[in-house]
Amino acid sequence: MNEQPKQFKWVGTRTIRPDGVDKVTGRAMYGADLTLPGMLQGKVVRSPHAHARIISIDTSAAEALTGVKAVVTAADMPEADSKLVAAGEAMINFRDLAHNVIARDKVLYDGHAVAAVAATTNDIAERAAALIKVKYEVLPHVIDVLEAMKDDAPVLHDNMFTGGVKPKPEKASNVANRVEFGMGDVEAGFAAADLIIERKFTTEPVHQAYIEPHAVVADMGQDGKVDVWCSSQGHFMVRSFCAGLLKIDMSKIKVSAAEIGGGFGGKTTVYLEPLAIMLSRKAGRPVRMAMSREEVFRGSGPTSGAAMTVKIGATKDGRITAGDATLYFQAGAFPGSPVGPACMTAFTPYNLDNVRVVGFDVVSNRQKVVAYRAPGAPISEYAVESIVDELASKLGIDPIDFRTKNAALEGTKAAYGVTFGAIGMQETLDAAKATEHYKIPLGPNQGRGVASGFWFNIGGESCAGIRINEDGTVALSEGSPDIGGSRASMAIMAAEVLGIDVNKVKPTVVDTDAIGYHFVTGGSRVTFATGMAVVDASKAVVDEMRARVAKVWEVDIEGVVWEDGHARPASTNVGDFDPMSLAEIAAIANKTGGPISGHADINAKGAGPAFGTHICDVEVDPETGFVTVLRYTAVQDVGRAIHPGYVEGQLQGGAAQGIGWALNEAYIYDKNGCVDNPGFLDYRVPVASDLPMIDAILVEVPNPTHPFGVRGVGEVPIIPPLAAVNNAVAAATGTRFTALPLSPPAILAGMAAKN
Amino acid sequence: MSGMRYEAPGSVDEAVTLLADAKGDARVLAGGTDLLVQIRAGMISPDLVVDIKKIAETKGITANGGGFSVGASVPGAELGAHAAFKAAWPGVVEGAELIGSTQVQGRATMAGNLCNASPAADSVPALIAAGATCTVVGPKGRREVPVGDIPTGPGKTSLADGEFIVDIKLPARPAHASDAYLRMIPRTEMDIAIVGAGVNLVLDDSGTCIEACVVLGAVGPKTIIVADAAAALVGSKVDAAALAAVSAAASAAATPIDDKRGTVEYRTKVAGVMASRAAAIAADRARSK
Repeated sequence: MNEQPKQFKWVGTRTIRPDGVDKVTGRAMYGADLTLPGMLQGKVVRSPHAHARIISIDTSAAEALTGVKAVVTAADMPEADSKLVAAGEAMINFRDLAHNVIARDKVLYDGHAVAAVAATTNDIAERAAALIKVKYEVLPHVIDVLEAMKDDAPVLHDNMFTGGVKPKPEKASNVANRVEFGMGDVEAGFAAADLIIERKFTTEPVHQAYIEPHAVVADMGQDGKVDVWCSSQGHFMVRSFCAGLLKIDMSKIKVSAAEIGGGFGGKTTVYLEPLAIMLSRKAGRPVRMAMSREEVFRGSGPTSGAAMTVKIGATKDGRITAGDATLYFQAGAFPGSPVGPACMTAFTPYNLDNVRVVGFDVVSNRQKVVAYRAPGAPISEYAVESIVDELASKLGIDPIDFRTKNAALEGTKAAYGVTFGAIGMQETLDAAKATEHYKIPLGPNQGRGVASGFWFNIGGESCAGIRINEDGTVALSEGSPDIGGSRASMAIMAAEVLGIDVNKVKPTVVDTDAIGYHFVTGGSRVTFATGMAVVDASKAVVDEMRARVAKVWEVDIEGVVWEDGHARPASTNVGDFDPMSLAEIAAIANKTGGPISGHADINAKGAGPAFGTHICDVEVDPETGFVTVLRYTAVQDVGRAIHPGYVEGQLQGGAAQGIGWALNEAYIYDKNGCVDNPGFLDYRVPVASDLPMIDAILVEVPNPTHPFGVRGVGEVPIIPPLAAVNNAVAAATGTRFTALPLSPPAILAGMAAKN
Repeated sequence: MSGMRYEAPGSVDEAVTLLADAKGDARVLAGGTDLLVQIRAGMISPDLVVDIKKIAETKGITANGGGFSVGASVPGAELGAHAAFKAAWPGVVEGAELIGSTQVQGRATMAGNLCNASPAADSVPALIAAGATCTVVGPKGRREVPVGDIPTGPGKTSLADGEFIVDIKLPARPAHASDAYLRMIPRTEMDIAIVGAGVNLVLDDSGTCIEACVVLGAVGPKTIIVADAAAALVGSKVDAAALAAVSAAASAAATPIDDKRGTVEYRTKVAGVMASRAAAIAADRARSK
């Protein structure tokens, strides 16, 4: 796709993944795989109620059981201050975080942790957990977001007053916050429209469904030093959250990042880690804790479900004149839904003059939401893209052409305030339209849907260290847990700058004592930001090697250039010296000044916004409502694919998760507000046979702020599938659906209602 | 689950003695694809587990007089690989092969599926439609029982203490006979039927249906034999009108509940769809024999 000739040796190639053999052979160490001498097994006691006051917790019978070494409750955790701290992909209130990790006074959802126990075996820990007697006063609960906003709804937090509205409300409510973004004059925009479509949409909360449940081993010594080993998307996040919650100096906590079996945003906070530390402190022994799948569903965060009203107007010739949206997002039991980014992304694929988006962050008796790939964007863009499709259809304009007429371009100002530099929205539309897929004729009961998506991508703090070993191999240290192939990308970028074989570079994600602070692996930031640090560190090594060679040649450093892994004289004027390879320089490092290394500690700015356009073909069984996904193509502007295989995997994985979100995934609650489907049997992620091969098409519009042009790639691909599937189903059935998931009963009921 | 005793006897008599003498909760293990899941989930904690896979009588598929005897420990994968059995009873094999994943197919048995007594058991409607019987052994000896008499409700069977199934027998087939099983799930595999329908039928040389049985699963506390659907097929050429009548009869016979897997309205409608489609498939197969 790129007009430039091939200019890189390693960037853009499909190198062997550094973590591959260990994962395939089972040697890789995940969160639950570490065993320490004397290690205890921890177990969490969870609330069976959606909303209840804790009257008392009697731990005496559990503590009396032989083999039980520690029991903890909220009384063992210092009360945190209510203050917002920048953490993960959003601001976090430490008091809410503390109360989510272990309930104090009230339980706010089914599965909310109330106590934890550590014992010599899992069996004893489970029996001890059953012996912990919690007395509850069950309170009325509320699950639905619109119900939670009603005046007579049970209020979860009697000290929560809606933010973002003036004057400040006098009455506590479940509405945590109101946000608004916009520009232009929406009313004037609608007045100029020939066609206006307004619809209400709903989506259900969906879980990230990472295959590896949360797991941790924590070991606190007699001197208060703590070692933590866990599966997370940020071991620095784990350190700072545990330090903040337990009021321990950061220097006393060392966190090591285990291999991670998927995160997708869901591992950007802590659940078990503080409890394991508390248990270890009490027991004086290491403690392992691992969630069951049921605990993952009941005790960890999905993303929001939402109720939305979206209205878009367009002229006859297909120009959008105004967009207006109101989004009500479930936050779960504590404030902090991704309604902000949902508002900011809703209309952003398009170059619009008149936009208004209002969002509400609403608590209810559900699991506290946490990030999930492009938090908020799949939800709001699903609603917008569904209406965009309907507008195109009613105006008789091809859906890709309709988007082309409105596409965001370089210089477009987005409703959230940014004016775009080089972006590739239009390029994804062009590439989608050019696919064979888009031309394949459809049969009876089949339909084709198109949808686009936008995500910001972020930068943030990252560090890297490059050390040249004595034999000319390279140790690459960084601190971003690898959830999507980042070690391969880091090795490629280092090898490219150093000019050596990529297989000579060994990338390692090192612990929190070994390198500077890293923001979490999230926001599609690692290949961009940590990659930038790796490039900077590699350049520092190159400069150091030039300096060493200059010393040997007795010339100025400017007289030494680095080309293709060798130091060479900058010109014949410098002198007649044989080139020196990196290995040769390494071999004599002790004679030129000692070990050679380079470091970079940065806060990366200039992340590249990214866009994608997906095409989905479905067939709907008119008698059962079953949707078969026949074909699927995901096109995305990736800036530059450092490792195309991994990038394609990101597009395919995001599309698969988005298709699951569209078709079958949903939390189901019973009448008591308890989760009725906490397992993969009835929480239906797509299985392999549910999906066709997902074609991934990489468009490369380089991000000018990254040395190799990297944009983030991991989040955009989950945004378009919801609407792409919805639009395909509309085309196949002649019925517009406005609620997800599009399960067979929902489709059949919708088709029956229309006829 | 501490103190669970595991035994793997080599004969029916030993197994019967172990089960009859057992104190506390004793369970029979064949494939274990339900039992082990229930133990792990903490739903049961048996004091004794008797593995019947070492008993010769529970092994293998035996042809006799045109019919077949399928041992209680024969897994789905073995059924699917048995060409003669599959040719005679493609619907029975379809049902058995829908139990679990490829890995689970290496263990899961029809006898276990029957004794687990789930209303949604995939292998049961086709077995009942086929007129299958099973051999039950126990402290009082042996008895032959129609498979439909084993489950008595969700999770409950007619087996007495100490009894277990050693084999399932399928009768001999006339010409132009075949069967089919279809189920509705919201994805393509690894799921539990919202509706299941097994149809077994026999055609005469002219293609007229002379014998039929239509059985629904997952739309009532037990499988449902839809006599009106069978009546609609018998005497017909299994044409569109007959299939429409099968559909209507199956929907009318269904007595589903609303739950997280489906609504009453949906299951009732789709019961008809699955039954008529299974009948059409079975008829197509029978015509080609």
